[in-house]
Amino acid sequence: MTQTGINGAPTKSPPKLPTWLGLLLADKFATAAVIFLSLVVVAALIGPALLDGVASKVAFRGRNLAPFQLDHGWLMILGSDSLGRPIFARIIVAAQNTMMIAAFTVVAASCIGAALGLVAGYSRKFLSDAILRLADVIMSFPSLLLAVIVLYMLEPAVTNLVIVLAITRIPVYLRTTRAEVLEIRERMFVQAAKVMGASSWRIAFVHILPMVLPTLLTIATLDFAFVMLAESSLSFLGIGIQPPEVTWGLMVAQGRPYMNQAWWLSFWPGLFIVLTAMSLNLVSNWLRIVLDPTQRWRLEKRRETNHG
Amino acid sequence: MGRFVLKRSLFSLVSLFGLLVLVFFLSRLTGDPAALYLPVDAPQSVRDAFREARGLNEPLLSQFGDYLVNLAQFDFGDSLRRQRPAFDVVMEAFPWTLGLAGLTMALVLSGAVVLGALAAIKVGGVFDRISSVISLAAASAPDFWLALMAIFIFAVGLGWVPTSGTGTPWHWILPVAVLFVRPFGLVLQVVRSSMITALSSAYVKTARAKGVKQRAITFVHALRNAMLPVITVAGDQAAGLLNGAVVVESVFGFPGVGKLMIDSILQRDFTVVLAAIMVTSLAIFTMNLLIDLAYALLDPRIRY
Repeated sequence: MTQTGINGAPTKSPPKLPTWLGLLLADKFATAAVIFLSLVVVAALIGPALLDGVASKVAFRGRNLAPFQLDHGWLMILGSDSLGRPIFARIIVAAQNTMMIAAFTVVAASCIGAALGLVAGYSRKFLSDAILRLADVIMSFPSLLLAVIVLYMLEPAVTNLVIVLAITRIPVYLRTTRAEVLEIRERMFVQAAKVMGASSWRIAFVHILPMVLPTLLTIATLDFAFVMLAESSLSFLGIGIQPPEVTWGLMVAQGRPYMNQAWWLSFWPGLFIVLTAMSLNLVSNWLRIVLDPTQRWRLEKRRETNHG
Repeated sequence: MGRFVLKRSLFSLVSLFGLLVLVFFLSRLTGDPAALYLPVDAPQSVRDAFREARGLNEPLLSQFGDYLVNLAQFDFGDSLRRQRPAFDVVMEAFPWTLGLAGLTMALVLSGAVVLGALAAIKVGGVFDRISSVISLAAASAPDFWLALMAIFIFAVGLGWVPTSGTGTPWHWILPVAVLFVRPFGLVLQVVRSSMITALSSAYVKTARAKGVKQRAITFVHALRNAMLPVITVAGDQAAGLLNGAVVVESVFGFPGVGKLMIDSILQRDFTVVLAAIMVTSLAIFTMNLLIDLAYALLDPRIRY
């Protein structure tokens, strides 16, 4: 028996692969992006434990070694920095701080932002207005000043950098969630829940939140890349992470004075930032299609032709 | 219309005042200027004299009161570091940033409208692919890294343009080129999706049925209606540039507001920070107001 899909094409037998994996493989760019991101995550998880000694070993006789030479061992494949430390090893070690800051920031900002957005969208006018004005203030407050204030009062450590970045990102989630809630709260199933006597809390978190989650997930992926770039900028300006801690952005900054003699000092960490951000953008695009039932058939169709 | 402008201005004045209060008190948390401007071994009496001369010994609330009284007479106070009126310092930097932002946004808008419209005419075509690659690159490249690489390749390696500073038109090329990337990618995406919607609408079908040429349909009928969301996003991006392209201005040694802002924050030059924030906020407010008025001009259904 054949059913008729949204696009009018008959949908065939159930897929052999698990749905998500199949949909991922249908998009080659997204597959490549996920593979690259997995490698970065693995590097972030086990890199420091594995390579910390090598990555911080100073060797003045091997300063600014050019890349693509294997005579000093494979860790020197991307060259060495101004203190003779292997750049490849340092990039792997720095992946941990870079990823950790971005991940914690996105999780914190999205949870707080979504919760506030839900309340703003599903409460009386006064509370809703107050929350929105708060978002306006955060958006207009210069984020650099905020960074200097927080990092001066507290220590310039990973957690405090997360606080700064998370505060500046809250409005994005707040506004998106609120806009979605305003639309969803008028739908029939919300009215039905209300008639059944569900409390406002229950409606907001049990009925509305799951409807907003796909959008939030897509934005969070995109925002992960943005936060990573923002953190690199702060570290580049010298008000982010401080040595001996290291992130990719700080590595670019540290290579800046040597740009004329040794371009690879700044080039490689920057390239890793670009590749990671690009992968996140590709995954976000893929998620947007997969999570949208009216677009999903594009990937499903491509998959069917792939399997022939 | 007049009432709308008045109401908006009043609202903005209130939020500007809120921002002023926040920045005034919070910026004091970055530390004591005396610790930064005097030698480490300066005796306590010298420190006290330094603080006394600049009114820093008064209670914070009365300092704020004095600041407001002076502000009402259009006096932003003197810069701690430069010993000159803070407002003059900011107004020297502001035209540079305004020029940078204006030039960049003009290029962004004209480029994005043409490429975005071409991409929308044939979804999946050559221009569509080019624009999706550009948007992806724009969303992924950190500007400080782009700036460094651009200096290395075009200024140091090829010697086409100067590395940094100002003086000739050549000095503007690299900063504008680097600032161009991100807004261009974002605006391009909005132009494309907005044009796709406009091109599938009923009035475009009518125009086509009447035999209007494709070019006129795209750039006259559809474009005008597709411009509203484009202007909104372009406005957000322009606001970001007006706030000072801190990183790009620092890397290229461009004497704009962004560089002034970060320098003043780090030097605890509170008066300059406040004056800079006031001036840029006012500029951004004016721009947003003009954008809202442009809505009404573009779309006769919108009336204030």
